[in-house]
Amino acid sequence: MARIVVDVMPKPEILDPQGKAIANELPRIGLDGFAGVRQGKRFELTVEGEPTEDVLAQAREAAEKLLSNPVIEDVVRVAVLEETETQGEEN
Amino acid sequence: MPGPETPLIADLSAPGPDAALAGARIGVVTFPGTLDDRDAARAVALAGGTAVPLWYADEDLQDVDAVILPGGFSYGDYLRAGAIARFAPIMDQVIEGATAAGTSGSSPLPVLGICNGFQVLTESHLLPGSMVKNDHLKFLCRDQRLRVENNGTVWTGEYGQGEEIVVPLKNQDGQYVADEKTLDMLEAEGRVVFRYVGFNPNGSRRDIAGICNAGGNVVGLMPHPEHAVEPGFGADSSAAGEVGMRDGTDGLGLFVSVLKALVK
Repeated sequence: MARIVVDVMPKPEILDPQGKAIANELPRIGLDGFAGVRQGKRFELTVEGEPTEDVLAQAREAAEKLLSNPVIEDVVRVAVLEETETQGEEN
Repeated sequence: MPGPETPLIADLSAPGPDAALAGARIGVVTFPGTLDDRDAARAVALAGGTAVPLWYADEDLQDVDAVILPGGFSYGDYLRAGAIARFAPIMDQVIEGATAAGTSGSSPLPVLGICNGFQVLTESHLLPGSMVKNDHLKFLCRDQRLRVENNGTVWTGEYGQGEEIVVPLKNQDGQYVADEKTLDMLEAEGRVVFRYVGFNPNGSRRDIAGICNAGGNVVGLMPHPEHAVEPGFGADSSAAGEVGMRDGTDGLGLFVSVLKALVK
């Protein structure tokens, strides 16, 4: 089993009201080191067997067609999840 | 207040009095999580037309003359509002019908998207731009004043150009966004159909409440005209003057507009 990760972020020019709310909250819990927060989404697509070039192409198509809306979001990453990243996680 | 001759709840058991209007069939799509399909169907009936329930999983538009995508939370707003509903089987037919001119030569299908239906239309790329969370992050429900900026669409012909109306607004992801080039194009082509007046309730760019496609047959708006169609069950105010509680029916014009456009 392999996993392909897709990261989607709001476009830089789009105001991210959720990120802003989080940024406002951080100083209230004593964490004042951050100038801003933007909130995105991470998807994990599970693949039976090896992640082939074909299935990666499908993941990229899924990212563009369904997982993101190009008007407001950018797909910033489509990649096979490295083993080190999955260590310690239940499967 | 409705007069004594007006039933408190309209009796819709008989077809509308105008046979031509009653012959116009308006489909109302129900997705999993849709809330306002019955209200939209009732609005069609109150306007004198015939409402036809359409199921998201069907591929048959049942020969309807127009389609309404009503409000609600299709697929629980999962992923993005409207993003999954946009791929429902019925949407293939809606998209094909809405863009019919130039492909089959027939006149394009009138489509109205209200609130979540508007979000489905932008996700379908039938309308440009998108909706993101309200700038203040809260769900907001209020009677909202709008200006009809384009009465040349099939959904707004009953209104005067520049006429103001008051209809309920209720959403959390109502902030209309698009890039500056798209906004300039919409303005230049007169495709801003409704604009918020007096108060921008969600941070929408240029106070935009509703837009249309280039053909004017596809219209989407965030506020809810179908909730202001029946005395006693409408908005608490009207742009036409003072009305009794729940007696505002400024939204009925959209539904009358499409019926009249269809039978013309």
